Amino acid sequence: MKERQLVIVGGGPAGMAAALAARGAGVSDVLLLERDQHLGGILNQCIHPGFGLHHFKEELTGPEYADRFAARVRGDAGIEVSLRSFAVRLTPDRRVSFLRPGALEEVKAGAVILATGCRERTREMIPIPGSRPAGVYPAGLAQKMVNMEGWIPGREAVVVGSGDIGLIMARRMALEGVKVKAVIEIQKTSRGLVRNVVQCLEDFGIPLYLGHKVARITGRDRVEGVDVVKVDERFAEVPGSAFSLACDTVLVSVGLIPENELLEMAGGEIDRRTNAPVAPEVNLTSVPGVFACGNACKVYDLADWVTRDSELAGRLAAEYLGVSPA
Amino acid sequence: MVRDVIIVGAGVTGAAIARELSRYRLSVLLLEKEAEPAFGVSKSNSGIIHAGTQNPPSSLKGWLCVEGNRLLREELAWDLGLDFARCGQLIVVFDAADLPELEKIKREGEALGVKDLQIVDRRWLDAREPNLGPEVKAALYVPSAGIISPYRFVYALVENAVKNGVQLRTSSRVTAVSRSEEGFEVTAGGQVWRSRWLVNAAGLYADEVSALAGAPTFTISPRKGEEYLLDKKREHLANHIIFPLPSATSKGVLIIKTSDGNPMIGPTAHDTPDKEDLSTTDEGLAEVLAGARRMMPSVDRSDIIAYFAGLRPASGKDFIIRHEDSVPGLVNAAGIQSPGLTSAPAIAVMVADILKKRGLELVPKAEFHRLRPRPVHLFQIPLEETRRLIEKDPAYGDIVCRCELVSAQEVRDAVKHGARTLDGVKFRTRAQAGRCHGGFCTTRIMKIMQEELGLRVTDITKRGPGSELIKEERK
Repeated sequence: MKERQLVIVGGGPAGMAAALAARGAGVSDVLLLERDQHLGGILNQCIHPGFGLHHFKEELTGPEYADRFAARVRGDAGIEVSLRSFAVRLTPDRRVSFLRPGALEEVKAGAVILATGCRERTREMIPIPGSRPAGVYPAGLAQKMVNMEGWIPGREAVVVGSGDIGLIMARRMALEGVKVKAVIEIQKTSRGLVRNVVQCLEDFGIPLYLGHKVARITGRDRVEGVDVVKVDERFAEVPGSAFSLACDTVLVSVGLIPENELLEMAGGEIDRRTNAPVAPEVNLTSVPGVFACGNACKVYDLADWVTRDSELAGRLAAEYLGVSPA
Repeated sequence: MVRDVIIVGAGVTGAAIARELSRYRLSVLLLEKEAEPAFGVSKSNSGIIHAGTQNPPSSLKGWLCVEGNRLLREELAWDLGLDFARCGQLIVVFDAADLPELEKIKREGEALGVKDLQIVDRRWLDAREPNLGPEVKAALYVPSAGIISPYRFVYALVENAVKNGVQLRTSSRVTAVSRSEEGFEVTAGGQVWRSRWLVNAAGLYADEVSALAGAPTFTISPRKGEEYLLDKKREHLANHIIFPLPSATSKGVLIIKTSDGNPMIGPTAHDTPDKEDLSTTDEGLAEVLAGARRMMPSVDRSDIIAYFAGLRPASGKDFIIRHEDSVPGLVNAAGIQSPGLTSAPAIAVMVADILKKRGLELVPKAEFHRLRPRPVHLFQIPLEETRRLIEKDPAYGDIVCRCELVSAQEVRDAVKHGARTLDGVKFRTRAQAGRCHGGFCTTRIMKIMQEELGLRVTDITKRGPGSELIKEERK
């Protein structure tokens, strides 16, 4: 089995920052696994501006932000990037198995950094009752459809949840000519950044219903509408407050969950509520030599903070490996 | 052209009948109103292969279930490459006063020919089902019960039937049936098909099809069941299928192992007048959670990753499997509610027998392809086997669905075997069936479907016409 000094799983902002920082801290051999055909992860579908204000002191789009790191990663001879590579197994002694077209590879890593990002909570996790027609999408999936593929999923949309992706997608859909009828948020305040509430909803005249929930999705084959109801402080429905909105699309933006199935496989301790690693400090896990950074470690609201903390993960891995800058 | 037999409905009943008839030198047409087989009642089935218990000893469904169970275990599971897991079943009681009820189920099961039934005490249970709650006092152990993937069972039957010459027509809802000199003229999917014999396995719509053919002899009353799937992380929650004592109308809320690893809890049982009402409800969820938690208190709402509702096509208490004497040539296989999935292979034999008695000549084919190759599922095989597969075909190493470990090649295989919709790909491969619900893989699957089927993206549907996923494509 091949031995590698540092294996990083995930080539988004977290994995790239960790790789570069580890190199800067003296790690000579980094294998960076990315399951997609490009580096950048979810940033590639975030074509809106707002990235880099802290890290680069200028405003970039997601792909621009990612490209700055990807260029450095590609230019670094000590980082081997393996694209379309999907890690399927991690053992407690840091053997990593991954699949790529044409091969199953196994390496033994001196240290591992998990930068596997997060997934979206879904309609099923709330759960929203009603029928199960086409047209209900996690907001991030809709973002991928619109921004990466040019596929417009619907004509009239309701967004459930006011997470940042939901707010950004409300605006994105509106820009594509989709009638966004409402954003429905069960809490009394928006979950997203204030700037996103202003720039994505208020500027586009999209109503935000705070303290409301979607009680039901209707439609047999394709979404036909949602039933909305006001809730009290204990999230119980307020009688007589229900109303219906006709729409063909429901975008769900109700939170993110760190992806830590690999860590779990390696016996790492996971918080059952948040799905984040249980550890005394950010970037650490309960498995020696295995680190987690970025949204796999905790859900961040800004990519800039992912970069900052993931650089620390790279340095922690170097320290664990006992190397120092050349 | 006049065919020998038209079968209406490619759910598990119609599919099993088609496969059974494909042994003989007959021309058979299988009509399905949905875009793919198994998209009606069958897709919401729990996947339980019942042993035959909990049926009255004199009932049709009782002995068909016992016989279907035997056929599945001894023949079909192997022949069709099905993932049948004989995990056994426990019927638990919360009160020692209910033990006589268990004894009665045991006696009735034995009268039907169910083997190895055993009343077990709490100590037996503690050694084998550590997650049972304190309320459980004893159980009836039913070792010959098991689980299967209901839709993959149907796909296997249909695939094998088609391999043996049956013609399948999907998106073909029967809208008219008239009598002709030779037999029947069936209008479906904008075409008229002729046959000597008509077998009605139309599930929820069997009453309407029978009436169209001239025999309005029964009514189907849908009974809704909501089911909730748990995360694969709870795979080892239960080692058996766990039932409470049955009630008058249903077998109760169960904890079901599934062949894919995700435990399932449910179903509810509520009559509904609406044959299209597949909605889930807050009340249904509460009922299912309460029922499951009484048996296994560690079941938590946060374990739920998916849910759906299905409709049982009930008509009275027993199955209706008969030739309609008022319409010579019409055989109904209707009212096939639980245990219909288990019974299907035996129902098929019974229908063939009815046809034969009424004059259809059943001449065995010189060459009947009994075996169907098992599809590849990476999630089922060890990594070493995956390595060998990838060496032969690189696309098995191209992972599309990360939650369930499904490769691009498996998606292509599914399309080659008949998947035409996103749900069809999901049911065949499990891609999109995991915890992210397709958040990551949906666009990739849609692109593979475009490549394989030459579709525009706006033509791709979730489950057939009307469920298009994309309204517009911008270049």
